[in-house]
Amino acid sequence: MLRVDNINVYYGQIHALKDISLEVQEHEIVALIGANGAGKSTTLRTISGLLRSKTGSISFLNEDISRTEAYKLVSKGMAHVPEGRRIFLQMTVLENLEMGAYVNSTNIKEDIADVFDRFPRLKHRRNQIAGTLSGGEQQMLAIGRALMSHPKLLMLDEPSMGLSPILVQQIFDIIKELHAAGTTILLVEQNAEMALQVADRAYVLESGRIKLTGTGSELAQSDEIKKAYLGG
Amino acid sequence: MTFISNLINGISLGSVYAIIALGYTMVYGIAKMLNFAHGDVIMVGAYISFCVTTYLGFSPFVSVVISMIVCTILGIVIERLAYKPLRKASSLAVLITAIGVSYFLQNAALLIWGSAPKTFTSIVPFGSIALFNGQLIITAESIVTVLACILIMIALTLFTRKSKMGKGMRAVSEDKAAAELMGINVNVSISVTFAIGSALAAIAGVLLCSAYPVLIPTTGSMPGIKAFTAAVFGGIGSIPGAMLGGVLLGIIEIFSKSYISTNLSDAIVFAVLIIVLLIKPTGLLGKKITEKV
Repeated sequence: MLRVDNINVYYGQIHALKDISLEVQEHEIVALIGANGAGKSTTLRTISGLLRSKTGSISFLNEDISRTEAYKLVSKGMAHVPEGRRIFLQMTVLENLEMGAYVNSTNIKEDIADVFDRFPRLKHRRNQIAGTLSGGEQQMLAIGRALMSHPKLLMLDEPSMGLSPILVQQIFDIIKELHAAGTTILLVEQNAEMALQVADRAYVLESGRIKLTGTGSELAQSDEIKKAYLGG
Repeated sequence: MTFISNLINGISLGSVYAIIALGYTMVYGIAKMLNFAHGDVIMVGAYISFCVTTYLGFSPFVSVVISMIVCTILGIVIERLAYKPLRKASSLAVLITAIGVSYFLQNAALLIWGSAPKTFTSIVPFGSIALFNGQLIITAESIVTVLACILIMIALTLFTRKSKMGKGMRAVSEDKAAAELMGINVNVSISVTFAIGSALAAIAGVLLCSAYPVLIPTTGSMPGIKAFTAAVFGGIGSIPGAMLGGVLLGIIEIFSKSYISTNLSDAIVFAVLIIVLLIKPTGLLGKKITEKV
Protein backbone atom coordinates (compact mmCIF):
# COMPACT_ATOMS: atom_id res chain seq x y z
CA MET A 1 0.00 0.00 0.00
CA LEU A 2 2.81 2.38 0.95
CA ARG A 3 6.31 1.99 -0.31
CA VAL A 4 9.15 4.28 0.69
CA ASP A 5 12.25 3.71 -1.32
CA ASN A 6 15.63 5.11 -0.36
CA ILE A 7 14.72 8.60 0.82
CA ASN A 8 17.16 11.19 2.14
CA VAL A 9 15.86 14.27 3.92
CA TYR A 10 17.82 17.29 5.06
CA TYR A 11 17.01 20.12 7.45
CA GLY A 12 19.41 22.69 6.05
CA GLN A 13 22.83 21.13 6.65
CA ILE A 14 21.53 18.36 8.87
CA HIS A 15 21.09 15.01 7.19
CA ALA A 16 17.97 13.84 9.04
CA LEU A 17 16.98 10.71 7.12
CA LYS A 18 19.58 8.45 5.53
CA ASP A 19 18.53 5.96 2.87
CA ILE A 20 15.25 5.05 4.52
CA SER A 21 13.22 2.35 2.80
CA LEU A 22 10.11 0.83 4.26
CA GLU A 23 6.86 -0.72 3.27
CA VAL A 24 3.37 -0.99 4.65
CA GLN A 25 1.05 -3.68 3.30
CA GLU A 26 -2.70 -3.39 3.33
CA HIS A 27 -4.31 -4.24 6.71
CA GLU A 28 -1.00 -4.16 8.54
CA ILE A 29 -0.03 -2.24 11.63
CA VAL A 30 3.55 -1.16 11.13
CA ALA A 31 5.44 0.58 13.92
CA LEU A 32 8.40 2.92 13.65
CA ILE A 33 10.24 2.98 16.94
CA GLY A 34 13.41 4.64 18.10
CA ALA A 35 14.78 7.28 20.42
CA ASN A 36 14.05 10.97 20.36
CA GLY A 37 15.53 12.56 17.26
CA ALA A 38 15.99 9.28 15.42
CA GLY A 39 13.92 10.57 12.49
CA LYS A 40 10.56 8.90 13.12
CA SER A 41 8.45 12.05 12.79
CA THR A 42 10.56 13.27 9.90
CA THR A 43 9.77 10.04 8.08
CA LEU A 44 6.03 10.55 8.55
CA ARG A 45 6.24 14.21 7.58
CA THR A 46 8.06 13.26 4.40
CA ILE A 47 5.50 10.59 3.52
CA SER A 48 2.62 13.03 3.98
CA GLY A 49 4.31 15.64 1.79
CA LEU A 50 5.20 18.24 4.41
CA LEU A 51 8.89 17.60 3.76
CA ARG A 52 10.65 16.61 0.57
CA SER A 53 13.21 13.91 0.02
CA LYS A 54 16.26 14.66 -2.14
CA THR A 55 16.40 11.12 -3.46
CA GLY A 56 14.34 8.00 -3.99
CA SER A 57 10.60 7.73 -4.23
CA ILE A 58 7.44 7.26 -2.21
CA SER A 59 4.45 5.48 -3.66
CA PHE A 60 0.99 5.14 -2.19
CA LEU A 61 -1.60 2.77 -3.68
CA ASN A 62 0.73 2.24 -6.65
CA GLU A 63 0.98 5.93 -7.41
CA ASP A 64 4.14 7.98 -7.08
CA ILE A 65 3.52 10.69 -4.50
CA SER A 66 7.09 11.93 -4.02
CA ARG A 67 6.19 15.31 -5.46
CA THR A 68 2.52 15.46 -4.55
CA GLU A 69 1.50 18.37 -2.35
CA ALA A 70 0.42 17.44 1.15
CA TYR A 71 -3.13 18.73 0.81
CA LYS A 72 -3.81 16.43 -2.14
CA LEU A 73 -2.95 13.25 -0.24
CA VAL A 74 -5.98 13.38 2.04
CA SER A 75 -8.38 12.73 -0.80
CA LYS A 76 -6.15 9.85 -1.94
CA GLY A 77 -6.82 8.13 1.39
CA MET A 78 -3.95 9.13 3.65
CA ALA A 79 -4.43 10.72 7.06
CA HIS A 80 -1.67 11.87 9.33
CA VAL A 81 -2.19 12.62 13.02
CA PRO A 82 0.85 14.78 13.67
CA GLU A 83 3.11 14.83 16.67
CA GLY A 84 1.71 16.98 19.46
CA ARG A 85 -1.82 16.40 18.07
CA ARG A 86 -1.94 19.84 16.39
CA ILE A 87 -5.69 20.20 16.72
CA PHE A 88 -7.05 23.69 16.05
CA LEU A 89 -7.07 25.01 19.60
CA GLN A 90 -9.20 28.06 18.91
CA MET A 91 -11.89 26.20 17.04
CA THR A 92 -14.64 24.11 18.59
CA VAL A 93 -14.55 20.32 18.74
CA LEU A 94 -17.19 20.19 16.00
CA GLU A 95 -15.29 22.60 13.79
CA ASN A 96 -12.15 20.53 14.21
CA LEU A 97 -14.05 17.48 13.00
CA GLU A 98 -15.45 19.47 10.08
CA MET A 99 -11.89 20.38 9.11
CA GLY A 100 -11.09 16.67 9.09
CA ALA A 101 -13.87 16.26 6.54
CA TYR A 102 -12.68 19.18 4.41
CA VAL A 103 -12.17 17.06 1.30
CA ASN A 104 -14.81 14.43 2.02
CA SER A 105 -17.89 16.10 3.37
CA THR A 106 -20.60 13.97 1.78
CA ASN A 107 -21.81 12.24 4.94
CA ILE A 108 -20.45 14.66 7.45
CA LYS A 109 -23.31 14.30 9.95
CA GLU A 110 -23.02 10.52 10.09
CA ASP A 111 -19.26 10.64 10.26
CA ILE A 112 -19.40 13.05 13.19
CA ALA A 113 -21.90 10.75 14.91
CA ASP A 114 -19.49 7.83 14.35
CA VAL A 115 -16.62 9.74 15.92
CA PHE A 116 -18.84 10.63 18.88
CA ASP A 117 -19.80 6.96 19.28
CA ARG A 118 -16.17 6.05 19.41
CA PHE A 119 -15.21 8.95 21.68
CA PRO A 120 -18.25 9.76 23.83
CA ARG A 121 -16.32 12.34 25.82
CA LEU A 122 -15.98 14.47 22.72
CA LYS A 123 -19.74 14.47 22.25
CA HIS A 124 -20.30 16.26 25.56
CA ARG A 125 -17.73 18.82 24.61
CA ARG A 126 -18.69 19.31 20.99
CA ASN A 127 -19.26 23.06 21.22
CA GLN A 128 -16.30 23.66 23.47
CA ILE A 129 -13.14 25.35 22.18
CA ALA A 130 -10.61 22.57 21.59
CA GLY A 131 -7.92 24.39 23.60
CA THR A 132 -9.93 23.72 26.75
CA LEU A 133 -9.85 19.93 26.35
CA SER A 134 -7.57 17.71 28.44
CA GLY A 135 -4.55 16.11 26.81
CA GLY A 136 -6.31 12.78 26.37
CA GLU A 137 -9.39 14.40 24.87
CA GLN A 138 -7.20 16.39 22.50
CA GLN A 139 -5.55 13.18 21.33
CA MET A 140 -8.97 11.61 20.79
CA LEU A 141 -10.03 14.68 18.85
CA ALA A 142 -6.89 14.49 16.73
CA ILE A 143 -7.60 10.84 15.89
CA GLY A 144 -11.31 11.52 15.38
CA ARG A 145 -10.49 14.41 13.06
CA ALA A 146 -8.24 12.16 10.97
CA LEU A 147 -10.96 9.49 10.77
CA MET A 148 -13.38 12.01 9.25
CA SER A 149 -11.64 11.62 5.89
CA HIS A 150 -12.12 7.81 5.91
CA PRO A 151 -8.43 7.10 5.51
CA LYS A 152 -7.14 3.89 4.02
CA LEU A 153 -3.80 4.55 5.69
CA LEU A 154 -3.75 6.20 9.09
CA MET A 155 -0.40 7.51 10.27
CA LEU A 156 -0.17 8.23 13.99
CA ASP A 157 2.74 10.16 15.41
CA GLU A 158 3.33 9.49 19.12
CA PRO A 159 -0.33 9.11 20.06
CA SER A 160 0.64 8.13 23.62
CA MET A 161 2.81 11.16 24.27
CA GLY A 162 2.11 12.87 27.57
CA LEU A 163 -0.83 10.62 28.47
CA SER A 164 -1.45 8.67 31.66
CA PRO A 165 -1.04 4.85 31.48
CA ILE A 166 -4.80 4.35 31.45
CA LEU A 167 -5.21 6.73 28.53
CA VAL A 168 -2.29 5.14 26.71
CA GLN A 169 -4.05 1.80 27.04
CA GLN A 170 -7.26 3.37 25.72
CA ILE A 171 -5.48 4.86 22.73
CA PHE A 172 -3.89 1.52 21.88
CA ASP A 173 -7.28 -0.19 22.21
CA ILE A 174 -8.63 2.30 19.73
CA ILE A 175 -5.73 1.58 17.37
CA LYS A 176 -6.56 -2.14 17.55
CA GLU A 177 -10.24 -1.45 16.89
CA LEU A 178 -9.47 0.74 13.88
CA HIS A 179 -7.18 -1.95 12.56
CA ALA A 180 -9.86 -4.60 13.05
CA ALA A 181 -12.25 -2.37 11.11
CA GLY A 182 -9.89 -2.51 8.14
CA THR A 183 -7.69 0.54 8.46
CA THR A 184 -4.00 0.17 7.71
CA ILE A 185 -1.86 1.87 10.34
CA LEU A 186 1.63 3.29 10.41
CA LEU A 187 2.48 4.05 14.00
CA VAL A 188 5.35 6.12 15.32
CA GLU A 189 6.04 5.54 18.99
CA GLN A 190 8.61 6.10 21.66
CA ASN A 191 6.70 3.67 23.83
CA ALA A 192 8.32 0.70 22.10
CA GLU A 193 6.78 -1.88 24.39
CA MET A 194 3.19 -0.91 23.58
CA ALA A 195 3.98 -0.39 19.92
CA LEU A 196 5.57 -3.81 19.49
CA GLN A 197 2.58 -5.46 21.17
CA VAL A 198 0.15 -4.22 18.54
CA ALA A 199 2.42 -4.09 15.49
CA ASP A 200 2.56 -6.78 12.85
CA ARG A 201 5.96 -5.51 11.84
CA ALA A 202 8.26 -2.79 13.04
CA TYR A 203 11.25 -0.76 11.95
CA VAL A 204 13.80 0.53 14.44
CA LEU A 205 15.29 3.92 13.60
CA GLU A 206 18.56 5.18 14.94
CA SER A 207 20.18 8.49 13.92
CA GLY A 208 18.18 8.70 10.74
CA ARG A 209 18.83 5.12 9.58
CA ILE A 210 16.79 1.96 9.79
CA LYS A 211 18.76 -0.24 12.11
CA LEU A 212 16.57 -3.27 12.48
CA THR A 213 13.35 -4.62 11.13
CA GLY A 214 11.19 -7.61 11.91
CA THR A 215 7.82 -8.70 13.18
CA GLY A 216 6.55 -7.12 16.36
CA SER A 217 7.10 -10.21 18.47
CA GLU A 218 10.57 -10.87 17.00
CA LEU A 219 11.72 -7.41 17.90
CA ALA A 220 10.11 -7.56 21.34
CA GLN A 221 12.23 -10.67 22.01
CA SER A 222 15.46 -9.24 20.61
CA ASP A 223 18.12 -8.61 23.23
CA GLU A 224 19.30 -5.50 21.47
CA ILE A 225 15.84 -3.97 21.54
CA LYS A 226 15.24 -5.03 25.12
CA LYS A 227 18.43 -3.31 26.18
CA ALA A 228 17.96 -0.13 24.18
CA TYR A 229 14.22 0.51 24.29
CA LEU A 230 12.43 -1.78 26.68
CA GLY A 231 14.40 -1.05 29.82
CA GLY A 232 16.11 -4.35 30.33
CA MET B 1 -23.83 69.34 19.96
CA THR B 2 -20.17 69.60 19.00
CA PHE B 3 -19.58 66.56 21.17
CA ILE B 4 -22.12 64.49 19.27
CA SER B 5 -20.91 65.82 15.96
CA ASN B 6 -17.32 64.93 16.89
CA LEU B 7 -18.41 61.51 18.02
CA ILE B 8 -20.15 60.87 14.70
CA ASN B 9 -17.12 62.08 12.76
CA GLY B 10 -14.90 59.91 14.91
CA ILE B 11 -17.01 56.81 14.36
CA SER B 12 -17.11 57.51 10.65
CA LEU B 13 -13.33 58.00 10.32
CA GLY B 14 -12.85 55.03 12.61
CA SER B 15 -15.05 52.90 10.36
CA VAL B 16 -12.70 53.60 7.46
CA TYR B 17 -9.74 52.64 9.65
CA ALA B 18 -11.63 49.52 10.69
CA ILE B 19 -12.25 48.45 7.10
CA ILE B 20 -8.55 48.94 6.29
CA ALA B 21 -7.49 47.27 9.53
CA LEU B 22 -9.47 44.16 8.57
CA GLY B 23 -7.14 43.71 5.60
CA TYR B 24 -4.06 43.98 7.81
CA THR B 25 -5.40 41.69 10.45
CA MET B 26 -6.67 38.98 8.10
CA VAL B 27 -3.42 38.87 6.15
CA TYR B 28 -1.44 38.84 9.38
CA GLY B 29 -3.64 36.12 10.78
CA ILE B 30 -3.19 33.81 7.86
CA ALA B 31 0.20 34.64 6.33
CA LYS B 32 1.80 35.91 9.56
CA MET B 33 3.14 38.93 7.72
CA LEU B 34 2.59 42.67 7.92
CA ASN B 35 1.54 43.79 4.49
CA PHE B 36 2.70 47.39 4.57
CA ALA B 37 1.63 47.83 0.96
CA HIS B 38 -1.97 47.49 2.09
CA GLY B 39 -2.36 51.25 2.58
CA ASP B 40 -1.27 51.87 -0.99
CA VAL B 41 -3.88 49.48 -2.32
CA ILE B 42 -6.39 51.95 -0.82
CA MET B 43 -4.86 54.70 -2.88
CA VAL B 44 -5.00 52.60 -6.06
CA GLY B 45 -8.64 51.83 -5.29
CA ALA B 46 -9.45 55.51 -4.97
CA TYR B 47 -7.63 56.40 -8.22
CA ILE B 48 -9.43 53.65 -10.11
CA SER B 49 -12.79 54.85 -8.86
CA PHE B 50 -11.81 58.43 -9.73
CA CYS B 51 -10.81 57.47 -13.29
CA VAL B 52 -13.88 55.36 -13.90
CA THR B 53 -16.24 58.18 -12.93
CA THR B 54 -14.24 61.11 -14.33
CA TYR B 55 -12.85 59.73 -17.60
CA LEU B 56 -15.24 56.93 -18.43
CA GLY B 57 -18.34 58.60 -17.05
CA PHE B 58 -19.72 55.58 -15.22
CA SER B 59 -21.88 55.92 -12.14
CA PRO B 60 -20.17 56.00 -8.72
CA PHE B 61 -21.60 52.61 -7.83
CA VAL B 62 -20.10 50.99 -10.93
CA SER B 63 -16.80 52.68 -10.13
CA VAL B 64 -16.71 51.08 -6.70
CA VAL B 65 -17.33 47.64 -8.18
CA ILE B 66 -14.62 48.10 -10.82
CA SER B 67 -12.25 49.47 -8.22
CA MET B 68 -12.87 46.40 -6.03
CA ILE B 69 -12.21 44.07 -8.93
CA VAL B 70 -8.96 45.83 -9.87
CA CYS B 71 -7.74 45.86 -6.27
CA THR B 72 -8.64 42.21 -5.76
CA ILE B 73 -6.53 41.27 -8.76
CA LEU B 74 -3.77 43.62 -7.60
CA GLY B 75 -3.76 42.03 -4.15
CA ILE B 76 -3.53 38.50 -5.54
CA VAL B 77 -0.76 39.51 -7.96
CA ILE B 78 1.24 41.25 -5.21
CA GLU B 79 1.01 38.15 -3.04
CA ARG B 80 2.00 35.78 -5.84
CA LEU B 81 4.90 37.85 -7.18
CA ALA B 82 6.32 39.50 -4.08
CA TYR B 83 5.38 37.48 -1.01
CA LYS B 84 4.85 33.88 -2.08
CA PRO B 85 8.49 33.33 -3.13
CA LEU B 86 9.43 34.44 0.41
CA ARG B 87 7.04 32.13 2.23
CA LYS B 88 9.94 30.37 3.93
CA ALA B 89 12.20 33.41 4.25
CA SER B 90 12.75 35.35 7.48
CA SER B 91 9.97 37.69 8.50
CA LEU B 92 12.38 40.62 8.17
CA ALA B 93 12.89 39.88 4.47
CA VAL B 94 9.12 39.80 3.97
CA LEU B 95 8.69 43.05 5.86
CA ILE B 96 11.28 44.84 3.73
CA THR B 97 9.66 43.44 0.59
CA ALA B 98 6.30 44.79 1.74
CA ILE B 99 7.81 48.24 2.22
CA GLY B 100 9.33 47.91 -1.24
CA VAL B 101 5.93 47.03 -2.75
CA SER B 102 4.47 50.04 -0.97
CA TYR B 103 6.99 52.41 -2.58
CA PHE B 104 6.54 50.67 -5.90
CA LEU B 105 2.79 51.32 -5.85
CA GLN B 106 3.26 54.95 -4.81
CA ASN B 107 5.77 55.56 -7.58
CA ALA B 108 3.70 53.75 -10.14
CA ALA B 109 0.78 56.00 -9.18
CA LEU B 110 3.02 59.03 -9.49
CA LEU B 111 4.01 57.90 -12.96
CA ILE B 112 0.46 57.19 -14.10
CA TRP B 113 -1.52 59.94 -12.42
CA GLY B 114 1.14 62.58 -11.68
CA SER B 115 1.80 64.44 -8.47
CA ALA B 116 -0.93 67.06 -8.83
CA PRO B 117 -3.79 66.36 -6.40
CA LYS B 118 -7.00 65.11 -7.94
CA THR B 119 -10.25 66.28 -6.47
CA PHE B 120 -12.29 63.22 -5.71
CA THR B 121 -16.04 63.58 -6.14
CA SER B 122 -17.97 61.90 -3.39
CA ILE B 123 -19.63 58.68 -4.46
CA VAL B 124 -22.53 59.34 -2.11
CA PRO B 125 -25.33 60.97 -4.07
CA PHE B 126 -27.21 62.44 -1.08
CA GLY B 127 -26.61 65.64 0.81
CA SER B 128 -26.07 66.14 4.52
CA ILE B 129 -28.78 65.79 7.11
CA ALA B 130 -29.35 68.71 9.43
CA LEU B 131 -30.85 68.01 12.85
CA PHE B 132 -31.86 70.27 15.76
CA ASN B 133 -32.39 73.32 13.57
CA GLY B 134 -29.07 72.84 11.85
CA GLN B 135 -27.04 72.55 15.01
CA LEU B 136 -26.06 68.98 14.22
CA ILE B 137 -25.07 68.16 10.67
CA ILE B 138 -24.46 64.57 9.69
CA THR B 139 -22.92 64.03 6.30
CA ALA B 140 -24.31 61.33 4.09
CA GLU B 141 -20.73 60.05 3.71
CA SER B 142 -20.54 59.33 7.44
CA ILE B 143 -23.76 57.37 7.36
CA VAL B 144 -22.73 55.34 4.32
CA THR B 145 -19.29 54.68 5.81
CA VAL B 146 -20.64 53.44 9.11
CA LEU B 147 -23.26 51.30 7.39
CA ALA B 148 -20.66 49.83 5.04
CA CYS B 149 -18.45 49.03 7.99
CA ILE B 150 -21.26 47.26 9.87
CA LEU B 151 -22.26 45.27 6.78
CA ILE B 152 -18.67 44.21 6.11
CA MET B 153 -18.25 43.15 9.71
CA ILE B 154 -21.38 41.00 9.61
CA ALA B 155 -20.46 39.49 6.25
CA LEU B 156 -16.93 38.64 7.33
CA THR B 157 -18.06 37.17 10.62
CA LEU B 158 -20.57 34.95 8.85
CA PHE B 159 -17.96 33.97 6.27
CA THR B 160 -15.34 32.92 8.82
CA ARG B 161 -17.80 31.27 11.24
CA LYS B 162 -20.18 29.52 8.88
CA SER B 163 -18.69 28.88 5.47
CA LYS B 164 -16.44 25.93 4.81
CA MET B 165 -13.79 28.08 3.16
CA GLY B 166 -13.89 30.60 6.01
CA LYS B 167 -13.45 27.88 8.60
CA GLY B 168 -10.62 26.45 6.54
CA MET B 169 -8.98 29.87 6.55
CA ARG B 170 -9.22 30.00 10.33
CA ALA B 171 -7.60 26.57 10.45
CA VAL B 172 -4.79 27.80 8.19
CA SER B 173 -4.28 30.87 10.37
CA GLU B 174 -3.88 28.65 13.41
CA ASP B 175 -1.66 25.94 12.02
CA LYS B 176 -0.64 25.81 8.36
CA ALA B 177 0.86 22.32 8.43
CA ALA B 178 -2.08 20.80 10.29
CA ALA B 179 -4.48 22.54 7.89
CA GLU B 180 -2.60 21.08 4.96
CA LEU B 181 -2.91 17.62 6.52
CA MET B 182 -6.69 18.18 6.50
CA GLY B 183 -6.53 18.65 2.74
CA ILE B 184 -6.84 22.43 2.81
CA ASN B 185 -4.95 24.18 0.03
CA VAL B 186 -2.96 26.76 1.96
CA ASN B 187 -1.98 28.76 -1.14
CA VAL B 188 -5.60 29.20 -2.14
CA SER B 189 -6.50 30.28 1.40
CA ILE B 190 -3.76 32.91 1.38
CA SER B 191 -4.80 34.19 -2.05
CA VAL B 192 -8.43 34.47 -0.95
CA THR B 193 -7.34 36.41 2.13
CA PHE B 194 -5.37 38.88 0.02
CA ALA B 195 -8.31 39.14 -2.37
CA ILE B 196 -10.78 39.95 0.42
CA GLY B 197 -8.39 42.37 2.11
CA SER B 198 -7.71 44.22 -1.13
CA ALA B 199 -11.37 44.43 -2.11
CA LEU B 200 -12.04 45.96 1.32
CA ALA B 201 -9.13 48.35 0.74
CA ALA B 202 -10.83 49.54 -2.44
CA ILE B 203 -14.04 50.25 -0.53
CA ALA B 204 -12.05 52.03 2.17
CA GLY B 205 -10.23 54.12 -0.41
CA VAL B 206 -13.43 55.29 -2.03
CA LEU B 207 -15.08 56.06 1.32
CA LEU B 208 -12.01 57.85 2.62
CA CYS B 209 -11.70 60.04 -0.45
CA SER B 210 -15.43 60.75 -0.43
CA ALA B 211 -15.00 62.28 3.02
CA TYR B 212 -11.53 63.81 2.47
CA PRO B 213 -11.48 64.46 -1.27
CA VAL B 214 -7.80 65.16 -1.98
CA LEU B 215 -6.23 62.30 -3.89
CA ILE B 216 -2.44 62.06 -4.27
CA PRO B 217 -0.12 59.03 -4.60
CA THR B 218 0.60 59.03 -0.86
CA THR B 219 -3.07 59.29 0.13
CA GLY B 220 -3.07 55.73 1.42
CA SER B 221 0.05 55.72 3.52
CA MET B 222 -1.05 57.60 6.64
CA PRO B 223 -4.48 55.91 6.86
CA GLY B 224 -2.65 52.65 6.21
CA ILE B 225 -0.34 53.18 9.18
CA LYS B 226 -3.23 54.31 11.36
CA ALA B 227 -5.24 51.27 10.39
CA PHE B 228 -2.27 49.05 11.13
CA THR B 229 -2.13 50.73 14.54
CA ALA B 230 -5.83 50.06 14.92
CA ALA B 231 -5.30 46.38 14.11
CA VAL B 232 -2.57 46.11 16.74
CA PHE B 233 -4.64 48.15 19.18
CA GLY B 234 -7.58 45.76 18.85
CA GLY B 235 -5.38 42.65 18.81
CA ILE B 236 -3.78 41.71 15.51
CA GLY B 237 -5.26 38.60 13.96
CA SER B 238 -8.68 39.26 15.47
CA ILE B 239 -11.49 40.46 13.19
CA PRO B 240 -13.67 42.03 15.94
CA GLY B 241 -10.45 43.48 17.34
CA ALA B 242 -9.74 45.29 14.08
CA MET B 243 -13.24 46.75 14.07
CA LEU B 244 -13.07 47.88 17.67
CA GLY B 245 -9.52 49.20 17.31
CA GLY B 246 -10.42 51.11 14.15
CA VAL B 247 -13.49 52.79 15.58
CA LEU B 248 -11.77 53.69 18.88
CA LEU B 249 -8.78 55.08 17.01
CA GLY B 250 -11.02 57.26 14.84
CA ILE B 251 -12.85 58.59 17.89
CA ILE B 252 -9.61 59.28 19.78
CA GLU B 253 -8.16 61.06 16.75
CA ILE B 254 -11.14 63.34 16.16
CA PHE B 255 -11.50 64.15 19.88
CA SER B 256 -7.82 64.97 20.23
CA LYS B 257 -8.02 67.19 17.17
CA SER B 258 -11.07 68.95 18.47
CA TYR B 259 -10.31 69.32 22.19
CA ILE B 260 -6.54 69.10 22.53
CA SER B 261 -4.52 69.95 19.47
CA THR B 262 -4.69 69.27 15.77
CA ASN B 263 -0.93 68.96 15.58
CA LEU B 264 -0.67 66.57 18.48
CA SER B 265 -3.56 64.33 17.49
CA ASP B 266 -1.41 61.66 15.83
CA ALA B 267 1.00 61.66 18.76
CA ILE B 268 -1.91 61.15 21.12
CA VAL B 269 -3.25 58.28 19.04
CA PHE B 270 0.08 56.50 19.19
CA ALA B 271 0.51 57.30 22.89
CA VAL B 272 -2.80 55.57 23.58
CA LEU B 273 -1.61 52.59 21.55
CA ILE B 274 1.57 52.37 23.60
CA ILE B 275 -0.36 52.53 26.87
CA VAL B 276 -2.79 49.82 25.76
CA LEU B 277 0.04 47.57 24.64
CA LEU B 278 1.87 48.10 27.93
CA ILE B 279 -1.19 46.99 29.85
CA LYS B 280 -2.35 44.31 27.45
CA PRO B 281 0.40 43.28 25.03
CA THR B 282 -1.95 41.25 22.83
CA GLY B 283 -4.21 44.26 22.19
CA LEU B 284 -7.76 44.79 23.36
CA LEU B 285 -9.26 41.59 21.94
CA GLY B 286 -6.01 39.77 21.29
CA LYS B 287 -6.16 36.02 21.32
CA LYS B 288 -5.09 34.21 24.42
CA ILE B 289 -3.46 30.99 23.48
CA THR B 290 -4.36 28.10 25.68
CA GLU B 291 -2.22 25.08 25.22
CA LYS B 292 -2.32 21.76 26.95
CA VAL B 293 0.41 19.20 26.84
